[in-house]
Amino acid sequence: MSDTPEVEPEGGIVAELEHMTEAERAAHEAEVAEAVAPDREIAVEVGDTLLELRDVTMRFGGLVAMDSVSFSIKRGEILGLIGPNGAGKTTCFNAMTGVYRPTSGQVLLEDRPLGRAKRHQITHRGIARTFQNIRLFGEMTALENVVVGADARHQTSVVGALLRLPRHHREEREAIDRAMALLEFMGIADRAADKAKNLPYGYQRRLEIARALATEPKLLCLDEPAAGFNPAEKDELMGLIRKIRDDGYTVLLIEHDMRLVMGVTDRIVVLEFGKKIAEGLPAEIRDNPAVIAAYLGVPDEEDTDGAA
Amino acid sequence: MTSDEIIDLVEMVVLVAVLVAVGKLFQRSKASGRLGEWWNSKSRVEQWAWLVPLIAVVVLIPVINPPFLTTEPGTNFPITMFNCALYALVALGLNVVVGQAGLLDLGYVGFFAVGAYVAALFTSPDSQLSKIPYLWTLPLAMVVTMFFGVVLGTPTLRLRGDYLAIVTLGFGEIVRLLATLMPPLKGNVGFQDVGHPPGTKADGGALFANTNGTPWYMLTIGIILIVLLLVGNLERSRVGRAWVAIREDEDAAEMMGVPVFKFKLWAFAIGAAIGGLSGSLFAGQVSFVNNQKFDVPTSVLFLAAVVLGGSGNKVGVLLGGFVIAYIPFRFTALASYKYLIFGVALVVLMIFRPQGLLGARQRLLARGRQAYQRLIGRPEQLSSDSSLVAEKAGDSA
Repeated sequence: MSDTPEVEPEGGIVAELEHMTEAERAAHEAEVAEAVAPDREIAVEVGDTLLELRDVTMRFGGLVAMDSVSFSIKRGEILGLIGPNGAGKTTCFNAMTGVYRPTSGQVLLEDRPLGRAKRHQITHRGIARTFQNIRLFGEMTALENVVVGADARHQTSVVGALLRLPRHHREEREAIDRAMALLEFMGIADRAADKAKNLPYGYQRRLEIARALATEPKLLCLDEPAAGFNPAEKDELMGLIRKIRDDGYTVLLIEHDMRLVMGVTDRIVVLEFGKKIAEGLPAEIRDNPAVIAAYLGVPDEEDTDGAA
Repeated sequence: MTSDEIIDLVEMVVLVAVLVAVGKLFQRSKASGRLGEWWNSKSRVEQWAWLVPLIAVVVLIPVINPPFLTTEPGTNFPITMFNCALYALVALGLNVVVGQAGLLDLGYVGFFAVGAYVAALFTSPDSQLSKIPYLWTLPLAMVVTMFFGVVLGTPTLRLRGDYLAIVTLGFGEIVRLLATLMPPLKGNVGFQDVGHPPGTKADGGALFANTNGTPWYMLTIGIILIVLLLVGNLERSRVGRAWVAIREDEDAAEMMGVPVFKFKLWAFAIGAAIGGLSGSLFAGQVSFVNNQKFDVPTSVLFLAAVVLGGSGNKVGVLLGGFVIAYIPFRFTALASYKYLIFGVALVVLMIFRPQGLLGARQRLLARGRQAYQRLIGRPEQLSSDSSLVAEKAGDSA
């Protein structure tokens, strides 16, 4: 990915960044990290279950998009969700974020079922996502996009905003600082003032992640964040995802690119035709015959009952 | 064509041509960009220092009665100006619903009518209800229309786009038909002698008489300024951002934690309240309310004002409201062709300037200007063009 493009010489922290020494830069990065994840203990141990899918089935008419899928995500891990096209990965995402309600089965966040919670309530409870096809607020600036995410945690009422009560001022100030820190964290702060629709593709992808992080999620779901990236950009994204986890977030990653998935995830769940066919460490998944069969197919003469 | 029509037509064409030419020159010389920059570089205080004299001129226009702009002898100029200001206020309210939150409302006249009837019912001697001072009907009209807005919005705001437009269209008609059919609302007979604010002139007549447009105009301008301030406050808060997010992508907004239904309902209620407020001002000035003024074409005119001025830009829609109200009064001989003229104007506008006369988007962060300067050393992008951010060659992705 490119370096920070030139900016006007007058002021601004983006310009300042370029003149910093190594030590100053490290100190600044610590500050940014503090703003990005204010209430988290850095480097959470991979621990208890954060989110659990229990026998989730999604049926659309006669089509069974998910067939009693169960798996769980532990706090502080990066879980990869992979599978061939049409395996039900995005459906799984949608069932978790409230876009669809499971036909049967349950999704539990911190041992409490999501039940009939509305989508914005689910965001409130701590699940944030990005979209496979980018869905930013095009007419808003990058910074405003992120502030919308931060608004999810704000308490200002309509009357409070109308009369500019003190809480409104405090929240506005905090939101702008936090949003800017997030943009810096994602490496796109130099374009904070531009409309989202005018940003380059890679910036838009990263802006979506920044916006999702702004809602202070416990679980961040990334739906093919590397789609359309070149290898160098994918490497950078890998680093970014690790950095997000190290800041205390739990990450669920849908991705097609095997190198990226194998390189960054702690565990992998494999779906095929709406069923879970494998779950394990990346190294185990790589050698799992069922997974290889799902991706590459099996020769006709071989038996296909290896699916676990 | 009569000679009057020809004169009006020529005058209008000259006026439009001059305006377009000035606008073009303005753009060509890059003055528009520089003007915006210059304006944005000013502090809030300096901006007000420029705004106050400007507002003073606007307030005094009916008294100045400038030669080419005047609508006399056809229509009393202050009355024309009151109508312009009234349309501007209506456009400001409708802009919250249509421009900010992106909810297409084709029945806005319904709220306007409710406001007018509230003023009539509580001040006209023709009404059975107990009377209250006219000025009290303004807040009362806002509360009542807000209630109507919530009642209409609660079941219908789950609908999207075209469906919502059809339901609101129906609402506007329902209000008009109720006014026709319900005996206490007196249909075509209407209410005479609707109240007005207190005050007497030197000669002993009422200051706010319906023939005296100037005080009504000034009252309306004062209300517009207050509404502008409050709507601006909302715009630069989580409420305004939620509205724009809903307009841009409702699903994504909800996924980012925006309680979509709640904020749509607020937009509807606030828009309704401003509509009701303008309705009661209208009733007071005309001093007579019946069922004839609140038809679908009026709704469409309100919407045209918003689209013409620049949907989503509160200063733009004020201008749009002014223009829509002004043209039929100024070019009286052409007044019967007004829908044709507005129709053609809108088509032409959609081709050459789809964002409306003032298309720049509004700021959505409180103290955002200072924040952008502090953080990245330049102001945010407001204009709709992307020339500001010509893709740099080094940017991959």
